[in-house]
Formats: sequence, C-alpha cells, structure tokens
Amino acid sequence: LVDPLEVKKSLRPNTVLVSVMYAANEIGTVEPIEAIGKITKQAGVLLHTDAAAAAEYLNLDVEKLGVDLMVLGPHKFGGPKGVGILYVREGVKITPLVYGGAQEKGLRPGTHNVPGIVGAAKALELAVAEREANVKGVGDLAARLIAGLSKVPDSYLTGHPQKRVPHIVSFIFRGAEGEAMVLKLSDRGIMVSSGSACTSGSLEPSHVLLACGIPPQEAHGSARFSLSNQNTKEEVDYVINAMLEIVGELRRINPLWSNTLKN
Amino acid sequence: MEQYTEKLIEHFRNPRNMGDIAKPSASAQVGNPVCGDVMKIDILVEGKKIKDIKFKTLGCAAAIATSSILTEIAKGKTLAEAKKIGNADIAKELGGMPKVKLHCSVLAADCLRQAIKNYELAITN
Repeated sequence: LVDPLEVKKSLRPNTVLVSVMYAANEIGTVEPIEAIGKITKQAGVLLHTDAAAAAEYLNLDVEKLGVDLMVLGPHKFGGPKGVGILYVREGVKITPLVYGGAQEKGLRPGTHNVPGIVGAAKALELAVAEREANVKGVGDLAARLIAGLSKVPDSYLTGHPQKRVPHIVSFIFRGAEGEAMVLKLSDRGIMVSSGSACTSGSLEPSHVLLACGIPPQEAHGSARFSLSNQNTKEEVDYVINAMLEIVGELRRINPLWSNTLKN
Repeated sequence: MEQYTEKLIEHFRNPRNMGDIAKPSASAQVGNPVCGDVMKIDILVEGKKIKDIKFKTLGCAAAIATSSILTEIAKGKTLAEAKKIGNADIAKELGGMPKVKLHCSVLAADCLRQAIKNYELAITN
C-alpha cells in the first residue's frame, strides 16, 4: 500500500501533482486516496487518481476523496468503449493534448461521441446504484475463487489481502507460464490475462508485479481473473477445476518442477 | 494467440515426445527461469542416430511448440543431420512464427545442439 506519510515526505517545493491509482487494475489493491488527499491539500499540491477499476465498488465522492482530477473508463463498468471521463475540479487548469475545434471548452476538440457519452452516464448511474449489490455479490464470488485457487499448491494471491476491490483476482502459480495458462484457459472458454513477459510483447514481465517485489521467474506465472455480478458460483467452480488441471499439466511439462508433492 | 499458426497451436495443445528418457545418452538444458524460458532435451543415441528424443519445457505456447516439433524433426536423424537443424527449420516446420517469438526456435535449436555436443564429449571421455 502507498503510505500517505511517504507521499508527504517525497513532496518537494517544486511538486505540482501527485498521482495515485485508486484501485490497481492489475492486482486490485485499493490505495488510501482520502488520506493522501488530506496531505496534498495541506501542501497545496494537486491530486490525480485513476479510478477506472473503482466505479462499481468504491465511493467516488470527489469531495470526500479530496481529488482534483479523476479518470473513469466507462467500459470498465458496463459502459461503451470509445469514451472516457475526466473529472477536473473547478479552478484547475489543464492544457489540451489535441488541438482543433472548440468542443469541451477547447480541451478535447472533435465532435462529441454522443452515444458514448450517453452510455457512459447511464453506466455510471447504474454502477453507483448497484454498488452495494456488486460489493456483496462479487465479494462472495471472489472469496470463493480465491479460496479455490489457493488449493493449487505453490500459488499465491497478489495485491493487498484486505484492501482490494473484489472483482480483480490475480494469482501467481509457480512453475507455470502465463501465456500457456491463458491459452489453455481460453480453450476451455475462460478468458484471463497475464503479467508474463511472453504476453507483454516485450521481454519483461509485469512491472507492477516486479514493483511488488515478486521475483521475475514467479511474475511469469501470473494469471489475472476479473469478475462481475453476472458471473455465477458454478462458473467460479469451473474455473477453479480448470486451473487445478492446467497448472498440473504445465508443471508436468516443466523440466525444473519435480512432480513429487511439495509441502 | 494472434499470429500463431494452427500447427503451432496443435503442438502446444498436444506436444509430442514430452517427458524424460530414463537412461539418456545425453541431455541438455538451456534458458533460464528469470526470462521465463527453459528447455531440456534428452537424447538416446544408437548407431550414430537419434533413436529417441524427449523434451520438457517451461515457457509460452511458442516455446512448448518449438521444442515439441524439434523432437519430431530430429527423431531418427543421424547426429550429423541433427546438428544442422537450425531455428529457421523449426519455424518453417511450424508454418512460420511471429517475429517476437523467433527466439523460442533459437533456444530449441541450441538445446538440441548442446545435447549432441554433450553426447560427443561423453563418448570421447
């Protein structure tokens, strides 16, 4: 977790902006934005947060959080793709990245994506209205998934164990490679992503996992599941059984893995 | 995944000659877990030919497929022929590979060459 006091200590006389993700999209950790907001306010520094993974599960009250800038990705909470939401506190001046027409007060020229905007607004309205149900429902599914996946020996959950959004469950499976897991799961109708180097297109595994202190050889063995309230217990059980089989298959083919029971 | 040929996916789903040889004539292991790619090849040599060959791989679909198809290409070949198997042969046999995955075919070719080298070292001793 980001320590608000560490944030305070790292502020410099020329610091203009602090940016901390609200909910980490890869591992689900929820950062203490409200506490950080108090520090930035006191210091007269702007606070920006990426709340893309937060809308369905966490409070977005910008006053409570003390944020000056907040982004949301409607496609993350049931809305359409091709539109984003940036909250900008009154009085905060930002410069455009694109130049041209006068739409969006000159900040984002180009004819408005009206269907996208309408869809985004409706999705946000529903996300807020259904938040309690989402937190409970997805929370139960996540708990079931985490308990089940933990039965795979030599595996562990990444991200903060308690301060997390329920819908993101990213696990490390030692001795199994991420892309191989993604494909084998896809063959069974299960879609996941991975932080392995082979899935990144570069030679490096996920910088997020590495930053958490996970050794590279383990970061290659990550599989990230995401849930919604439309998933069922049966689907979760199906995934758990699939993972038990798949990880077993990949460990049997791994020259470094001794297939005797490890403790 | 995008750009994988059907043949590559097939070798990933159903790898050939996967496992260990109980008493191999020689063995080689290349790669390292920090990079996420490790291949091991066991060969059984009889009459200067590769009578049997088995592989084990930790890595992505391309890594598993290249080592699998390599064992198919190499089995039954003379050592002299097997030494000539290059990564381009492996990629060709698979019907092509995405550029970013070509290094897997290089690793597989290196692994076999190393195994043959280890065999030759063993018999001279």
